Formats: sequence, structure tokens, C-alpha cells
Amino acid sequence: MNHRNLVSINDFSKEEILRIVELAAEFENNPKPGLLNGKVIATLFFEPSTRTRLSFESAVNRLGGRIVGFTDASSSSTSKGESLKDTILTVNNYSDLIVMRHPLEGAALYASEVSSIPIVNAGDGANQHPTQTLLDLYSIKKTQGSLENMNIFLVGDLKYGRTVHSLLMAMSHFNATFNFISPPELRMPDEYKMHLDNLGLKYYEHSDFTDIISRADIVYMTRVQRERFSDPMEYEKVKNVYVLKKEMLENTKANMKVLHPLPRVNEISTDVDDSEKAYYFTQALNGVYTRQAIIASLLGLIK
Amino acid sequence: MTKGKQLSVSAIRNGTVIDHIPAKNLFRVISILGLDKFDHQITFGTNLDSTKLGQKAIIKVSEKTFVGDEINRIALVAPEARLNFIKDYEVVEKSIVKVPLEISGITKCVNPKCITNNEDVMTKFHVINKNGEISLKCHYCEKITDQEHMSAEI
Repeated sequence: MNHRNLVSINDFSKEEILRIVELAAEFENNPKPGLLNGKVIATLFFEPSTRTRLSFESAVNRLGGRIVGFTDASSSSTSKGESLKDTILTVNNYSDLIVMRHPLEGAALYASEVSSIPIVNAGDGANQHPTQTLLDLYSIKKTQGSLENMNIFLVGDLKYGRTVHSLLMAMSHFNATFNFISPPELRMPDEYKMHLDNLGLKYYEHSDFTDIISRADIVYMTRVQRERFSDPMEYEKVKNVYVLKKEMLENTKANMKVLHPLPRVNEISTDVDDSEKAYYFTQALNGVYTRQAIIASLLGLIK
Repeated sequence: MTKGKQLSVSAIRNGTVIDHIPAKNLFRVISILGLDKFDHQITFGTNLDSTKLGQKAIIKVSEKTFVGDEINRIALVAPEARLNFIKDYEVVEKSIVKVPLEISGITKCVNPKCITNNEDVMTKFHVINKNGEISLKCHYCEKITDQEHMSAEI
């Protein structure tokens, strides 16, 4: 891989995405416990994200690397007014690679411009979270055998959901068909639909998915949050429409899998968990292998 | 200038004439080019009749030749601008403004959560030119700043 940093999924070509997905499979099938011996990875979480941080730390630990870092900005010098640049330049002295989560958009790209060591973006505000996208792709590849020609259902908050935007951009390399299922207030923004139009890819918009779910290869669920609605009555009206229930899986394709970036609240009923089509917890495990692939690749430890 | 027609803004001996600036954007052009901090003589006229723009402005800057991308920074607010380089009262070279592919530090990013609005980071944009309508995609947060919001910040 030619990249020194992983900042935005949009910087990665189809081939580069496929390479990471292949490497993730390699890490899953042949664990490499000593690969990061002697390496120090910094996890700088300027805002808390326990799930993402644990996944990265597990990935590093299982490869024998050491971790330094902080779990929220209040325990770093940022709370004393230190600039992001100064924090990055300082941590450059202590580690071989930085994994960072930041509430401001563009923070990871800026950090990569001042840093002398690789930066992995673990989420910059509502902008990008590329390791999530790559683990989603690995999950699709692993369950479907291919990334090509999938029918992907994106469900829930499609307006503010950064994971669904990045997934759409990444899957647009692979001739996907998209079905967007969301309340009217939370529809997929025009810029993403224009992107699909430009590529000649098909997409359909719906406000319910009970009748059409039988066509899906992948159902990607996201949370519809109360605070996204200006009118609480609107939220009350739609809050149960975007919930996946066990009986809805009855006539779905045999290969269909349900994905969710987690944490889940109530958008997938817990009785779905026992179905073999529920894939979200394995998806989280795939995140560990994908992050191992990304870190090892950016450090030049594997080609 | 046609013979017998009086110049609204008197001629300069050496320097640059920037013509066909939309009248409403005159002061933005002055500010973008840093002419408010310039030491040599500058004369300008505004609300002049123009068949093309309705009302235009013209700036005559003495002892200054704009080079490279320096002048293209005004493309966002004066895309039709024409430049005449003057030596001994004669036009020695003409040029038009070209819309640059990238632009730095002229306008703020529209996104309040962008790193450039919160840390000491110079803005940088990729220029999107869609049938002559210019918008800016932030290099950092990837959000689009359209013409309307640009003018508010310049």
C-alpha cells in the first residue's frame, strides 16, 4: 500500500480497499502474535469511544505491540489549551503510529500533515471513520464471498450517519445496488445520490422495508436518534418503523446478513440475535483483524 | 479605450489595470489582493456602466505586476476580470483570471466543526467548477462551501 496514513476512505482506490480486505483475512487465518514486538502505538481519544478504542487496543495487543494514550480529552493537555499540532508533535516522540479520535472534522487529515509517523483516523466528528468502513467491507466479503453486485439495504438515519455514507462511497466501487430506508427527515443527502447517478449505479428510496427485505443481500441497520428530530411527535411516529424484528427475516435470502456498527439500542430486536443472519457481533470481531491489517500495512510490516 | 471617450479613472504610467470587476465585489477584490496595505498609488472607479456586467468597477494599481497565481485568488468574486499590464502608458500584456484548482486562506469553511475554524490552521479548498458556478470543497472536513456562504466570509 502506498499510503502512509488512513484518514478518509475516499483516498483509497478499489484495489487498495481489496488489499486491506485480503490482509484482514490473512490476519484472521494466520495470527501473527509477534508482529508488533517492540512497537508502541498511541491511541489518542480526544473524545471517548470505548468500543473503537478497545478494538484497536485488542488488535495491537494480539500482535504483541504496546499502547500509550488517553481515553478522553480531559485527561490530556488539550484541557490545558494545548493545540492539536503540539499534541501530535509531542506524541511523535513516544510512538510508532497514532490512532486518533477527535470531535472536530478534518482533525485527522491536519494531524497527518504535521505528523512524522502514520496517522489512523478512528473518527473525526461526523466526517470519516474509515476503519469502520473497511471492517464492514471485510464482513461483506467474508459472508458473501465477493464484494461485487450486492443489493445493500441501508436503514435508519441516512442523513447524519457517517458509517452509511462511507459504506456507500466504498461499495460504489463494486457495482452495488442500494436501497435507502429512512424517515423523510433523515434521507440520504443529495451529494451521495449524485455520486451514484454519476457512476450509473441504481438506488431506491423507501420509508418502510417490511415488504422488500426479501431482496437484500446485506441489511445495514443504524440508530434513529430522538435528538435528530426537531419535532418530537415525528420521532414518536417513526421510532418503531425502523426496527428489525425476527419475523421480518422469514422470507429473506439464505445468504442475507444483518450488519450494525454498534452500539445497538432498540433498532434490532434482541430475538434477532439468535438468527444465523445476525452478524453484528462477528462484524465487531472482524474489526480487530481489519485494524491489524491496517496498522501492519501502514507500518510497512507487510506488503 | 475608444478615442474621444473620457477616462473615468485616470491612466497610470506603469502597473496593472484590473477591469470588469462586478461593482458589488470591488472591496472584496481590494481586500483579497491586499491592496488596502499597498504603498503605491491606487485609483479605482465603481458603478461604471458595463454592457456585460451592468455595473462594473475598475482598479488601477501603480508599480505592481501580478505574477503566477497571485491574481487568480480573485476568481471567486470576479471571474470575468481582465488584466492589462501597463508600461509607459501602453498596454504591454493582457491576461484573464483563471479559476485555480486549489485555493488557500481566502474564505473560512462553512462548517463550524471544521478543524480550520477551531485550531490555528490555514483553510485550503479544492475548487469545484460546475458550469461556471464555483463552490469550494474543504480539504480538511470535505464539506462544501457554496458561493453564497463564501461572500459572507470574505
